[in-house]
Order: sequence, then structure tokens, then C-alpha cells
Amino acid sequence: MAATDIARQVGEGCRTVPLAGHVGFDSLPDQLVNKSVSQGFCFNILCVGETGLGKSTLMDTLFNTKFEGEPATHTQPGVQLRSNTYDLQESNVGLKLTIVSTVGFGDQINKEDSYKPIVEFIDAQFEAYLQEELKIRRVLHAYHDSRIHACLYFIAPTGHSLKSLDLVTMKKLDSKVNIIPIIAKSDAISKSELTKFKIKITSELVSNGVQIYQFPTDDESVAEINGTMNAHLPFAVIGSTEELKIGNKMMKARQYPWGTVQVENEAHCDFVKLREMLIRVNMEDLREQTHSRHYELYRRCKLEEMGFQDTDPDSKPFSLQETYEAKRNEFLGELQKKEEEMRQMFVQRVKEKEAELKEAEKELHEKFDRLKKLHQDEKKKLEDKKKSLDDEVNAFKQRKTAAELLQSQSSQAGGSQTLKRDKEKKNNPWLCTE
Amino acid sequence: MSELVPEPRPKPAVPMKPVSINSNLLGYIGIDTIIEQMRKKTMKTGFDFNIMVVGQSGLGKSTLVNTLFKSQVSRKASSWNREEKIPKTVEIKAIGHVIEEGGVKMKLTVIDTPGFGDQINNENCWEPIEKYINEQYEKFLKEEVNIARKKRIPDTRVHCCLYFISPTGHSLRPLDLEFMKHLSKVVNIIPVIAKADTMTLEEKSEFKQRVRKELEVNGIEFYPQKEFDEDLEDKTENDKIRQESMPFAVVGSDKEYQVNGKRVLGRKTPWGIIEVENLNHCEFALLRDFVIRTHLQDLKEVTHNIHYETYRAKRLNDNGGLPPGEGLLGTVLPPVPATPCPTAE
Repeated sequence: MAATDIARQVGEGCRTVPLAGHVGFDSLPDQLVNKSVSQGFCFNILCVGETGLGKSTLMDTLFNTKFEGEPATHTQPGVQLRSNTYDLQESNVGLKLTIVSTVGFGDQINKEDSYKPIVEFIDAQFEAYLQEELKIRRVLHAYHDSRIHACLYFIAPTGHSLKSLDLVTMKKLDSKVNIIPIIAKSDAISKSELTKFKIKITSELVSNGVQIYQFPTDDESVAEINGTMNAHLPFAVIGSTEELKIGNKMMKARQYPWGTVQVENEAHCDFVKLREMLIRVNMEDLREQTHSRHYELYRRCKLEEMGFQDTDPDSKPFSLQETYEAKRNEFLGELQKKEEEMRQMFVQRVKEKEAELKEAEKELHEKFDRLKKLHQDEKKKLEDKKKSLDDEVNAFKQRKTAAELLQSQSSQAGGSQTLKRDKEKKNNPWLCTE
Repeated sequence: MSELVPEPRPKPAVPMKPVSINSNLLGYIGIDTIIEQMRKKTMKTGFDFNIMVVGQSGLGKSTLVNTLFKSQVSRKASSWNREEKIPKTVEIKAIGHVIEEGGVKMKLTVIDTPGFGDQINNENCWEPIEKYINEQYEKFLKEEVNIARKKRIPDTRVHCCLYFISPTGHSLRPLDLEFMKHLSKVVNIIPVIAKADTMTLEEKSEFKQRVRKELEVNGIEFYPQKEFDEDLEDKTENDKIRQESMPFAVVGSDKEYQVNGKRVLGRKTPWGIIEVENLNHCEFALLRDFVIRTHLQDLKEVTHNIHYETYRAKRLNDNGGLPPGEGLLGTVLPPVPATPCPTAE
């Protein structure tokens, strides 16, 4: 950057002054870097790709370790995201690495909503940062930055072209995150097919207007290497954590009956290029792009959605506050209205229920009355019956006593007749007695 | 009714329990290259540094700043001609320069305060200065709060304030105490004993001790503040500076003289040449190393992370009437599941 550029940036009235001796502020970048080193760095990678494309293996290979997690099954009902954080230490630099993987991507029958959980996740990270930034008492310099800095999109090595799911997902993600497309399991494609495949992919991405991350070419020291790498996108990678003895060195490789594929051999795959670009050359740029482009875009959209606007600089001193107050009152009003509504509804429901219950009570009373009446009727009937029965019994008794009396009288008066009669009676028991 | 129920959002990636993996044994990854990447980036964007000098006229403020940055960044008051009077109130003059060294470009702004302490009645003469400092915070806050923000917000906040103490040899003046009391809460103050060539070594050390004691008694926290020491290393280093070296007794000069075959910056007197960069003569070299070579970045960070944040919190609190601790848009945005940040609020 020329001194004139700086001078222009700096504004009028600022002239470049020559120094007469060594002042010492050239140690400033070192001071800055030392501070950052003591605080540690954060780096968050999102791996998007279908199940079984080797996402976890590639992460293991990139960072030379074995991260936890078992391979996912193909029977997930929806797309979920699984995230893990690791503390890596190399010389005196500490890195907090977060790896987020999609689980179940591309496994459903209906994939229309597959991209939604991913977009929501990325937005949630921006949201968390925005919330922290808008707090009154905030600790931004010690905040654990969980925003996704790089998204590795795994393309299946079909050899033909991008799947429509890939296109749709990448289109949704390109304005939210730095996308680096890579061809997974690229040992399934031959060299010639690979070049055709890469060309096809790049042309499809361009024709669909998908903006993938371009390595920065404005700094002279890295412009050249970044420029050549940009031409090699998407990288065709192979991941492997197994080490095999090749020649006299132990190397990461995959063994096939027909040969061995070496991961770190540039002629076999682009793994080394990916590692160079992702970690050794552009990690800082990825972080900066995420913060200055993607996050700012999200923040702008979010605040505009809220109804905040930038007023011109010489108007009210703190329009954000006043707009907020207005919004707050508005929302409070709405809240009260809703409360009223709810209360009304509640009261109404209570009334209805009361009426219902009253009805039921009335019914029950009626039933009770009816039953009571029935019972009384029955009782009366029974009593009547009893009475008549009693009458009968009494009558019977009377007749019985009368008959006996008559019998005793007649036996006294004409014994034989009665005897005869008795005999007759005996013989004819069916003669009725009076 | 259903609008009141918030949509379930996926939980943001939360560092549950970071697993520590020592990757030194498994092969080189290249994480430490991020230092280089960061350094390159910062060198490209350049740095801002704003330093304010406060003190009565004639104490050698401009000369000292010129000596610090080895260039004519400050116009000396002695070049005033007789027509120019001493200003009636404290003026604030900010002049910016771009200096470059070793590929590092720095935009240095020197803020001068002519008229401070020069009137007969000096009541409240720190107010214009406090106002200026707060104005810079306000400017930065407005830029930060914008919806469409600039990629790099120009930083005009005062990172460091050098307060010049007159070398009476007795103690601090009431004006000094008042000023430092008010301003140590909004800006990093580094007290400096000016024109230290008027004191002998014993007088110097006694004076320094007395000044330190008075500052402590009055509860004035000068930079480096005790409460912002981050770790033990910082604490021991800063303690040493606080208790032994500060306030620095300095001599400034931009004239060069020949001493022992070398050209050095110094002041020529009939009884000898006072070498500015000689640690036996004065503590200029200590001040320069402290401010520029070791603590420059820290000065900026304390200004940004602490003084600016205090100002911002106060400003948002006063304007919104919100209880402290509540988010700016806490009731407006739909509820997001709480992100358990490693740092507590």
C-alpha cells in the first residue's frame, strides 16, 4: 500500500513526517500479536455433506488427531448439527477449534428443508454475537466467538455434476459463510474425469451465481499462491488416518489391491493444497471476512428488520435509543392488548363452563326427582298390595274362625249328620264349606 | 395465541467442555502460522495512536513529544511571537502525522492543550479536556452503532495522556491532583516529571516518592492501573514500574551534540551536557520504551476495552433508562436460548 493511499485514508492535514532516528514502534505488530497469542485464537469450521462422504475422517487428517464421535447412520429423520470444541496447542499458540458437522444431510426422501437447520444454526451464531455486542455491559474481547469462519462443502464424487441439493444448499449459504467446496473421496475418480468434473462444477456454480470463497490476492506475498490455488478449486481430497509404510517413511495413505493412495502426495490429491489454504495461509483472512462481511450483513439486515434506521449524522444524537424506546412502547402496548384479549377469553370460557355445569346440575336434580317419584310410586303400590294381601289374610282368618265355629256348633247339634256330612265331606273334600 | 410461542431455534454451538489435544506429537499442522498471518494483516491496515499532553506552559511538552517520536510532530510554543497571547480558556489542538518505521505505518495524533493551568483562576480547567475525550468516545460510539458500519472505524480516542508535573521538588499542586482525580477514570494517565534536569539525584528520588505517595493517598490510579493486570507476569512487571520508575523524570531535547565521539540528543549547559537517552541522566529512555516499545498496544486496548466500554455503558444507561445489565434489545428480539459464554456478565 503506497504512502499516498495511507495519507488519503488518513484525511487532510496529515502529512508524512520523516523520522530522525529509531523510535521503536515497529514492535507494535509484535505487541499486538503477543496479546492475541496470550488470549488464544478461535476457529470454527462447518462441514456440510451427505452421510458417508468422509467428513470426520478429513477433519482428523487435517488436524492430525482423532476427534471423538461415531459415524452417523443413514436413518436420521431430519438434518441435525453436531458440534465439538477442541483445544489444540502448537508451540506457544493455543487454538480453540470448533468443528460442526451435519448429521443426516441428504438422507431423507424429501430434502426440501434440508438446508434450513444449517442456515438457522449459522444465524444463531451471528445472533449470539450480535446480542453480546448490543449488551450494555459487554465483554467482547473475552467473548468466545462461535461464528462459523469456514464452511467446507463436501461434493459427492459422481463425476458428472453437482446435485440439485448441493446447488440449493450452497446458494442459501453463500451470503452467510465462506464456502470452500471440496470433492470428497476423490480416489473414486480418475485424473481425466477429475479435470472435467472440476470444470463442470465451477461452471455450474458460476452460472447459478453461487459465490464461493476466493482466496485473497491483494497482498503481494500471498497473491501468487492464492491466485494459483483459486484456479484449483474445488479441491479433490482424500482423508485417511491410517499410516502405512511407503519407502522408508510412515505416511497417511489408503491401501488398495491395485496401489496405495498417499494423502500428502500432491500428485494424488489436493489435500496438501487444502491444508495450506485453510490453515497456513488464510485462516486469519477467513476470520476477518466472516466478521467484516458476513456478520455485518447479518447485523444490518437484522437491525433494519427491527425498524432501526441510520439517521443523518447531524440529527438526533442517539436515534437508536429513541427508536428503541418507541418500539418498546409499541410492544408494551401490544402486550397489554394481548393480555386483555386473553383475559376476556378466559372470562368467557369460565362463564360457558359455569353454564354447562349448571345445566348438568339441573339435569341431575330432575333425574333425582324422577327417581324419587318412581320409588314412591313403587312403594305405594307395594303397600297397596300388602294391604290387600293383609285384607285377604284377615278375611281368610275370619272365614276360618267362622268355619270352625260352625263346625263346632254343628258337631254339637247333630253329631251324626255332621259326621255323615263329615264323612261326605271327607269323601268329598271338594264340597265347599261355607 | 401461537405468535407468542417462540419458534424453537437450534442450540448454538457451545463449547461444552473443550477436549485438550496436544498435537505436537502427531505432526505439524501449521496453526502457529496464524501469528504471521495476523502480523501481515495488521501491518497492512496500519495503526492509530493518539497521545495527549497536558501541563502548564513552559514545561517542555512539545519538546518531549518531538523527542519521543524523533520528528517535528509538535509545534513548539516558544515559536509564538509576542502578538499571540495565552489563550483565555484551555484549547484543544489535535495535529495528525503519519510516521513509518520498519514497514509499520502509524498515524500519530498529538493533542495539545495550551492554556491549561495558565490562568489566574484555574477552576474547572480540566473540563474542556474531559469534554474532548468524551466527544471522541461519542464519535466512536455513533460509528459503532450505525447499521451500515465502516469497515474500519477511525479511532480518534485518546489512548494516552501525559501529565506534566512541575519539578518543584516539594509535592503535587492542588491543580495536579484535581486534574488527575477527574481524568484518571476516563483516560490512561501517565504522570511525568518535566524538566528533571533541575533536580539532583536525591531530590529526584525523594520527589518521586512523595508524588507516588500523594497519588496513592488521593486514590488516583495512573496507568498501568492495578486492577487491569491480567496475569501474574503482567502484575510483577507492572508493579516494578509502578513502584520504582513512575513517575518518569524526563528531559527532552531535539538538538544533537557530540559526546564521546557519538552524536546524542542533549541539552548543553555550562556545567555539562545532559544526555537525554542516558539512563544515568534522566529517565527518558524508560518512558520511551514503556510507552512505545512495550505498552503501546496495551494502552490502546485498555482504552478500548475498559474506558470506552465504561463510557458506552454509562451512555446507554442514561439515555435508555434501562436497568444496568439488561441488553439493549433484550425485550425486542425473540428469545434465543442463552449461550453460556465462558465469561460471566
